[in-house]
Amino acid sequence: MKLFELVESLSLDVKTPGADLTREVTGGYVSDLLSDVIGHAPEGAVWVTLQAHVNIVAVASLKGLAGIILANNRSPEEGTLRKASEVNVPVMTSGLPAFELVGRLYALGLRCR
Amino acid sequence: MTGDEDGVFFLTGKDFANAGSASSNLKGILEKRGIPAEIIRRASIAAFEAEMNVIIYAVAGMMHYTITPERIKVVLQDMGPGIPDIGLAMQEGYSTAPDYIREMGFGSGMGLPNIKRNADKLTINSVVGEGTTVEFVISLERSGR
Repeated sequence: MKLFELVESLSLDVKTPGADLTREVTGGYVSDLLSDVIGHAPEGAVWVTLQAHVNIVAVASLKGLAGIILANNRSPEEGTLRKASEVNVPVMTSGLPAFELVGRLYALGLRCR
Repeated sequence: MTGDEDGVFFLTGKDFANAGSASSNLKGILEKRGIPAEIIRRASIAAFEAEMNVIIYAVAGMMHYTITPERIKVVLQDMGPGIPDIGLAMQEGYSTAPDYIREMGFGSGMGLPNIKRNADKLTINSVVGEGTTVEFVISLERSGR
């Protein structure tokens, strides 16, 4: 599934204009612990988190994640968006709580491996 | 590029705005050399975790890398509090990070175990009150593990 399809299905708010939404999403991961994401998130996954600070971009970039979704209407910090645009990591937000969001991602066929 | 190559990045404690840039630069250098993606992945993860430890705990430090056709070696040397019990620090889930660091999603006690899991060799030397040196090596002589 392409990232833009996911954006459409879940009505995600894309916070990084110009980010590459044609990227293939091959899985999903949810965690607020950065080392957990680094250790376990599969490459190409979309990452659901409540963390909104700039270091999530480094983690996503390092792991080759397809994008970051902030749950529960968390808004990304300005530095986060600047960095995300710089290294081309799409950052999106959703009004849904993480549980609900992940459930829908799962229903769309995404898995963690 | 196939010859030996080395360099150093300087790290500033608590500089979260730039945290991760040393490992990200190292990743770029490895990519330029055409090193296999799986090895780059392991090296970048180990470097990022080690870099974050310096940012979180130390006043300052540096990340020195040497790349030869046989291996990637990364040494992180910091001026920090030191680790009193390295065995304990290596235990998954053990962390001395303060609350505000944990709220950022760091300090879950998985950093050093993540380095160990991704490196072929990990050496930690630490003197309490002076600093810590973390050295890891990733072999380039075989692909994957």
